[in-house]
Amino acid sequence: MPSLESEIEGIIETFTNNLKQRKFKGSRDLALNSVQLWKKIIGQMKWQNARELMDKIKEIGKDFQETSPSETVIGNMTRRMLKIVRDEYAMLQKGKQEDSDLQESLQKILTADEVDVDYSKNIPLLKPAIMEHIGEFLIELESSEIDISAQALEHIHANEIIMTIGYSKTVFAFLKTAAKDRAFQVIVAECAPFYHGHKLAADLAEAQISTTLIPDSAIFAMMARVNKVIIGTHSVMANGGLKAVCGTHTLALAAKHYSVPFVVCAPMFKLCPEYVCSLDQDGFNQFASPEEVLSNDEGMLVSRVNVYNPIFDYVPPELVTLFISNTGGNAPSYIYRLLSELYHSLDVQL
Amino acid sequence: METGKKVQSEGSEKTKQEIMAERKAKKAEKAAKKSQPIKTTEHGAVTILSESIQTNTVKADETGKSKADLKAERRQKQEAQRAAKAASVTEGKQSVAPKVQQGKRIPDQIQADRPSVEKRLVKRYVSQKVPQLPPAERKVQLFSHLQQQERTLELLTKDLAVNQSKIHPAVIKLGLQYASGIICGSNARAVALLEAFKRVISDYSTPEQKELSRDLEVSLKPCINFLKQCRPISVSMGNVIRFLKRHITNIPSESTDVQAKKCLHEEIEKYIHENVELAGKTICEEASKKISSGDVILTYGYSSLLLQILLKAFNEDNKKFRVIVLDSSPRSEGLQFLRRLVAFKIPSVYMLISGASYVMPEVNKVFLGAHALLANGNVMSRVGSSQVALVAKAHNVPVLVCCETHKFCDRVQTDSFVFNELGNPDDLVAAVKGKPSVHSIANWRELPKLSLLNLTYDVMPGDLVTAVITELGSVPCTSVPVVLRVKHAETVQLTSP
Repeated sequence: MPSLESEIEGIIETFTNNLKQRKFKGSRDLALNSVQLWKKIIGQMKWQNARELMDKIKEIGKDFQETSPSETVIGNMTRRMLKIVRDEYAMLQKGKQEDSDLQESLQKILTADEVDVDYSKNIPLLKPAIMEHIGEFLIELESSEIDISAQALEHIHANEIIMTIGYSKTVFAFLKTAAKDRAFQVIVAECAPFYHGHKLAADLAEAQISTTLIPDSAIFAMMARVNKVIIGTHSVMANGGLKAVCGTHTLALAAKHYSVPFVVCAPMFKLCPEYVCSLDQDGFNQFASPEEVLSNDEGMLVSRVNVYNPIFDYVPPELVTLFISNTGGNAPSYIYRLLSELYHSLDVQL
Repeated sequence: METGKKVQSEGSEKTKQEIMAERKAKKAEKAAKKSQPIKTTEHGAVTILSESIQTNTVKADETGKSKADLKAERRQKQEAQRAAKAASVTEGKQSVAPKVQQGKRIPDQIQADRPSVEKRLVKRYVSQKVPQLPPAERKVQLFSHLQQQERTLELLTKDLAVNQSKIHPAVIKLGLQYASGIICGSNARAVALLEAFKRVISDYSTPEQKELSRDLEVSLKPCINFLKQCRPISVSMGNVIRFLKRHITNIPSESTDVQAKKCLHEEIEKYIHENVELAGKTICEEASKKISSGDVILTYGYSSLLLQILLKAFNEDNKKFRVIVLDSSPRSEGLQFLRRLVAFKIPSVYMLISGASYVMPEVNKVFLGAHALLANGNVMSRVGSSQVALVAKAHNVPVLVCCETHKFCDRVQTDSFVFNELGNPDDLVAAVKGKPSVHSIANWRELPKLSLLNLTYDVMPGDLVTAVITELGSVPCTSVPVVLRVKHAETVQLTSP
């Protein structure tokens, strides 16, 4: 029906515009919005069978990806949708209502890859099953921050000195929850040129946590006294490496030098099945305006000097000690397993 | 080794025995005085206390008369000790060595958390009419052993009388230049200090019945304390002061004022010429050999020596290289460095220190300046340099530190906490002033749990440094104590009678 399709196109366009104008405040906001969008699309769109649905999802998802290539969350959510469709289809195919076999053995993952499931059967119960699953997924997304914060007391002991960089909502909630029952200190690196650390320091101080704000240059100097580094990240790559705010690699190296545990708080929707092969690859790094670094007041210099302002940094998995996600704590070496539960290998290439 | 120790202990025992004998004599005197009728006044309680405690400290216990007596005794004792020391020096140098090892003073500026030290400092400043600064409202706990004061130009000059004679006006000017950051950088501060001292020495006149070699040193003390209040003195300045004191005490007592001043002026000029100018030229030659055409060189912050090196390599030796300048708030010294590079048309790139990991894969060499080189091989430099060295090591890029030998010091430090300088915390807020997108923490003092930390220096572990380029050649970090020993031997040779 044309009106339905145009309606769907309408909401897709709104979403794409918001994406281009960067109206989403943070990954969680973006994830929630995109899943709600998918819910609407899948609910209202006309499709006959799972194969058709998946193709349509892939098409739309690809468009989103091209609009904003460095926002990995969109790609992640698209792949989650695809995995949900596949799972529900597989379950209904078997005809039994048992839980999907989460205990896929390593052998199964390695060998059973090329079994071509035929998704073209029309199963009437598929749509409500998918919608229900998406609903559960949304609830999981919304409570991801709370689930991570609930683990705070297991990781922070009394009188610790914790270091963090920039502003991460996840880390803020984590520390705030821990501060209700434990006394500790936080050192925040301000993370130039955006200085998000200032906001975190002010918020932590208002939450009655002893905070010290330091410039980025003092990270190595202060690391000698830090007990733990807890940071948030933009995404977690398939090998367990991080795509995080610029300055995180230095922080990780300093932590390694002093053997300080490097803990990353990242909800599951940030887990991305892509790898970083080179720091120059497309979509990995973005550059913000050089005016933040060298302001245009310095007219004489600006015209004669190259100024770079990278936003992201890559942190290799050897420097990370622990990932804390809404499902619990994991080592970087376990990420591959989590990936196989979240996404299907055929969907990695959208 | 053992015989040396024995001689040491003998020498110290001798002086110890002397002291013990004098103590016994004094005790006997005290006892004799007590047998006289004691004045039962308010001092009565004090005398009973001093009896029971029987300490050796000379307190005005009974009457004003005995105070003068005790003072005269003390002076006699000091003269006797001085004579004894002079005698032992002519015998051999053994008694000098144990004194140095036993009495190594911990500098006052890292004992701000000890009230006894603070009290002593305050007393000294009051007697020398040096302005005192109020302590900072919000101190960072980890650094409570360092001076944290509210330091502004108004507070420094508030109680300074116009015509007071203790602090020379050239020194006041210098102090204010230090405090406001107009003169910044190890070399610049040392040279400016020497120039100011030249003025002080030329305006100095020996009062009657005093010797220039003793009194000049005493008159320099309030000047030095004032400078310490303006800004904690750097290692290069400390070496300058030690050098000057050594030469002042070695002035023969029969020389006239004019001769002595001339001699001191020559020494000062020689120090500047040899240790700063010639050393700089030698280091430039050496470092320029390490730069090849097509190199990408990374620097951090501002170093006057590095600027000289790069200019020489680019202009005189005609090497074509690119420079990447890293910078950090709040000081933005890299910007000053960049300006000068651009003025000389050296192709440059400018970034913040958080981007170090981004650029490091394309860097060939990292050149850093130093504030001081410590005796255990660590490098004390502007805060952030050690971070740059760490990232360079992780990417296998060689790190070359360029430092003249007058900045070497015999202090040892393993971390950046024990000995550091804390800058003005409001600088962190000032650095983001014009940016509307940044959450303003200008009201940080209203948040009792928030403190801002503005470190000045950090200590780089020696294993992050590939080589140190000095005027004595390129040495590894571990050779610093060797160089110090050689220098010490030279100075002892030069100044021995």
